[in-house]
Amino acid sequence: MRRLDPRRFDPRRLDPRRLELRRRLAALRPATRPRIGRDLIGSPFQLLLLACTFALAAYAGVRLLAAEWSRVALWFVGAAVLHDLVLVPLYAGADRAVSEALDATGHRDRTMYVRVPAALSGLLLLVWFPLISGQVADHYRSATALSADDFLAHWLLITAALFAGSALLLLLRSVRASRRDPLRRATKERPPAAH
Amino acid sequence: MPRSPSSPAFWRSPLRGPWFTSVLGVVLLVGITVLFVTGLLSYAAYNPNLSAVNDKTPDKGILGFYLFPWPTRPVWLYRLTQGVHVTLGIALVPVLLAKLWSVVPKLFALPPARSLAHALERLSLLLLVGGALFEFTTGVLNIQLDYVFPGSFYTLHFYGAWVFIAAFVTHAVLRVPTAFRNLRHVRRPSTGPASGSPERASGLPGAGEPARPEDELVSPDPLPPTVSRRGALGFVGGGSVLLVATTAGHGFDGPLRETALLAPHGGAEPGSGPNGFQINKTAASRGITATETSEEAWRLVVTGKDRTVRLSRTELRELPLYSAALPIACVEGWSTSDQWWRGVRLRDLAGLVGYEKDAAPDVLVESLQRHGAFRVAALRDNQVRDPRSLLALFVNGEDLTPDHGYPARVIVPAAPGVLNTKWVARMTFGDL
Repeated sequence: MRRLDPRRFDPRRLDPRRLELRRRLAALRPATRPRIGRDLIGSPFQLLLLACTFALAAYAGVRLLAAEWSRVALWFVGAAVLHDLVLVPLYAGADRAVSEALDATGHRDRTMYVRVPAALSGLLLLVWFPLISGQVADHYRSATALSADDFLAHWLLITAALFAGSALLLLLRSVRASRRDPLRRATKERPPAAH
Repeated sequence: MPRSPSSPAFWRSPLRGPWFTSVLGVVLLVGITVLFVTGLLSYAAYNPNLSAVNDKTPDKGILGFYLFPWPTRPVWLYRLTQGVHVTLGIALVPVLLAKLWSVVPKLFALPPARSLAHALERLSLLLLVGGALFEFTTGVLNIQLDYVFPGSFYTLHFYGAWVFIAAFVTHAVLRVPTAFRNLRHVRRPSTGPASGSPERASGLPGAGEPARPEDELVSPDPLPPTVSRRGALGFVGGGSVLLVATTAGHGFDGPLRETALLAPHGGAEPGSGPNGFQINKTAASRGITATETSEEAWRLVVTGKDRTVRLSRTELRELPLYSAALPIACVEGWSTSDQWWRGVRLRDLAGLVGYEKDAAPDVLVESLQRHGAFRVAALRDNQVRDPRSLLALFVNGEDLTPDHGYPARVIVPAAPGVLNTKWVARMTFGDL
């Protein structure tokens, strides 16, 4: 047992009779107060905080919606709906399909070798879609005097590098796993695939 | 096994749980705080209270409570704050997506509300999630010049940020104590619902709530794992690293800029030589013609207290010329390193029209360009008085090119790029 620092508050050191009294008082409380109302309303602190949130959000929201309220509201709510009900099911479904396909071949543990390059490539496409797709190419070129032609090529090359890196890593690890035997490792220093 | 998303067993990932969500939450707490502060600073950098022409959100009311005169030193101030704002925002995209993924089962949780407070909290989550996605989306589109959003970027991004932050602060107050407790108590990331931990003793609000609401994130029927929670976190961090690696170079020159393979102002410079650095808006795109900027046609009109002077470029060159090494830093997050500008000091121009140089007032600068949000911009007296604030005629030892503002452009230390007016036609000194 650790010795307790007397300066520190520790409920275990309280007088047991007082503790018992507190427990009994707490047990009485539901009878003296209508618990059902409290449960329906919730924490008053939380309610106050939320009231502040909605007041400030309304103050800014009125200004946000001043010009084109319906389209701005559509963007605001649409962003959440599109993400939660379209993007998440899409990528989660694709992910499930990949891991199940690998599972069928007995390689469920290799899911990450597909998931990582695919997701990183998808992330880059999601963030830089206007440039990669070329939909702003003319405007971009006219404003900045830069060519917009390279973004698609860069993205494809990065994607290729990600998948190639993943494949190389898988190969190296497979070779290493198959050469765990120390005798064989001593005779051959490097696996032939590692150029 | 067609189960409804409101059933916890519908969600099969073994990764979801209090530890994973808490780590991502704490990263976002820090990251979004920095984003919000640098965003507010960017608004202050425009000096919106100085003149209506600088303010794209004039109805801001108390939301501009913190505004202050933007300083001129250090000269890299806006380059740093706005570079951090944009680059960090991009880096946080995968963290935000992972955080939203980790809590998505709660969106479908039933009953829809356990109490009034719970119902309101769920409603505030619409502001939180919608607001976060709205802010990230408008920001990411704006830096790619894809102005498809409904209205002015400034209005949407500024007011949207306040709607979002209202929900964000409340969410942080309600959840951060739990998040830190999770990180402290759940030592092993793979723990399931931890029982017997001292959560209830600390008196969280919400008498009718389960002891640990985030425990509902743990799948009761998980699939076999394909990656550890730490591995998944590394994966999210890897996404951030990849985005930063292909973006951060947009704040530097030369080989470093070339590493920004996907950033709008990454890759190669638009030209070579002294005027080869990045351009925000070309002369052609603003309708500036060689005829109106020619030596015969172009005159700078400077108005002040008691007189107006008209100066040709040759006459400007005969005034005392000074040099200043200053960067260009754009609201879109990209910047150049210091360029060597040479031209007439703004305070000397104020001196030409009847002001004491050391008591030079504000100035309204008008461009030849006929359209564009900042064809007229106002500079504050502290910016006019700074000896490094120039009406530049030359850059890096050569005449300005049309794309960099020939015949003359403003360059002010630490000011956002849009206030460094190009193709200046008229300057009106006086208190604004």
